[in-house]
Amino acid sequence: MDGLSDLIRRKSASIALIIGVFVFWEVACLIGGISDIVLPRPTQIIASLIQYWPAIRPHAAQTLFTTLAGFGIGVLIGVAFGVAIGSSRLAYDTAYPLLVGISSIPKVAVVPIFVLWFGAGTVPAILTAAIICIFPIVVNVATGIATVEPELEDVMKTLKASKWDILWNVSLPRAMPYFFASLKVAVTLAFVGSVVAETVASNRGIGNMMMVASSTFNVPLVFAGLFILAGLGVGLYAIFSLAENRITGWAHRKDLAVT
Amino acid sequence: MSLALAKVAPPPDDGITAQETGSTETGSAARVSAARPFIEFEKVTVRFGKGDKQVQALSETSLSIQEGDFVALVGPSGCGKSTLLKLVGDLLKPSTGHVFVGGRELGATPIRIGMAYQNPTLLPWMNIRDNVMLPLKIVPPFRSEFSAKRKTEFRDRVEALLAQVGLAGFGEKFPWQLSGGMMQRANLCRALIHEPDLLLLDEPFGALDQFTREELWQIMQDLWMTKKTTVLLVTHDLREAGFLANRICVMSARPGRILDDSSVAFARPRSIDMTYEADFVALNQRLRSLIVEARGGTGIVQAGGH
Repeated sequence: MDGLSDLIRRKSASIALIIGVFVFWEVACLIGGISDIVLPRPTQIIASLIQYWPAIRPHAAQTLFTTLAGFGIGVLIGVAFGVAIGSSRLAYDTAYPLLVGISSIPKVAVVPIFVLWFGAGTVPAILTAAIICIFPIVVNVATGIATVEPELEDVMKTLKASKWDILWNVSLPRAMPYFFASLKVAVTLAFVGSVVAETVASNRGIGNMMMVASSTFNVPLVFAGLFILAGLGVGLYAIFSLAENRITGWAHRKDLAVT
Repeated sequence: MSLALAKVAPPPDDGITAQETGSTETGSAARVSAARPFIEFEKVTVRFGKGDKQVQALSETSLSIQEGDFVALVGPSGCGKSTLLKLVGDLLKPSTGHVFVGGRELGATPIRIGMAYQNPTLLPWMNIRDNVMLPLKIVPPFRSEFSAKRKTEFRDRVEALLAQVGLAGFGEKFPWQLSGGMMQRANLCRALIHEPDLLLLDEPFGALDQFTREELWQIMQDLWMTKKTTVLLVTHDLREAGFLANRICVMSARPGRILDDSSVAFARPRSIDMTYEADFVALNQRLRSLIVEARGGTGIVQAGGH
């Protein structure tokens, strides 16, 4: 009982604080007389969100699609590389420097290459989203797999377990908390990738919509685009957090401990 | 209670180790073993690293262990006790010499091995029952029957073993819900569930408080007396070695070799009280002085050799 009311109090405090930030923004703009071309007020942003909703919706759907497609590809490739790097010394030595190199390239710089190869539009956005989220997944999965306790590995080896047995029964489940932590990071990064690509080379998507809006000085619409992106990001993050708690609850056992 | 201390081999001082030529004393060899003993080390050395940084972990060691025996390895830390254990478990290859287990050279050994470390390493995402069952999922012949029998025969087997170590009713619990001693019991169960021919224990009770430890010694003794598995125990605790083992090998400081090889003939089942009796204390003190001596420099002089 006490724990529950405590939880409610904590949640309501954080909600109040978030609303407070927006109220402060609104009031500061009003008092300071800041023009909506510089910084529109939250109410103006919401108004333009409602006003342009039929136009925004397909763009939002496009961005969500490219992000999720890119994220999916990124997860597949990331897990495969992570497993390889985490379980093989050779793969670690060769692939790791390569990955670090690739991940340090600003992703905006690769968009033109993708456009050259695949033309402007959906494909470059998906690929940009994919490559931007591979790295955190690889690093985390590899760490989870490489840090299996040596004693446990010995126990498995004396049982004559194959590499596959160890991977399937011990290393992969053990890497799950690391994997989910990386998914939360990767899904938000995937938005960055797809929006960057849309901004540079696409005629669809939130990124493109914001470009067009800013060129006509429709600043509230630009901010409406930002709101949409933030909302989508938070939504996906929340979904993966939930999945994380469901699947790897054993790693966050503080709330469950029976003493 | 019959108390007897027999020295099997005199401590050698020539750098070459105790060679126990399979002389099983006083008819305790219930099993008729083949020509070869169950475990045999033949002039085994282990070196780690290369060139100047090379460290010799084990100097030439020969040792044989009969099937069904309970052997404890004691010695100063870093003396190569665990190295010896890893050799038997096929986790490490000897630099020179040969290790035979079950009459065949390592690698080709068809025997089943169970292993338990000080760190219980139970898998946190599985409950105790599934943790204990894990070897059945991996080791043949259980492996092929695992999906068919996991909810019936294997489950009953796990529960029976858990009951034997005092963990009845804890199968559904998760490792973090258990105390250190209970986790270690589950760890022992995991090492025994696939009915290994050989049990390797590396300081399994080292992290426990004294009372829990003594409780687990008794459980370990009961398990050994019912299963008669060959056990190789590495420990720092001389009382533990004396209480559990039939035979105690004392190792020198690095590079390790076997300094002394004593058989421990106290009648079983042994009680904790026995560990405070004069004969037991005398054994303890003798072993202790050997180890103190081994710590004090002889090993360092030896390190200069090949």
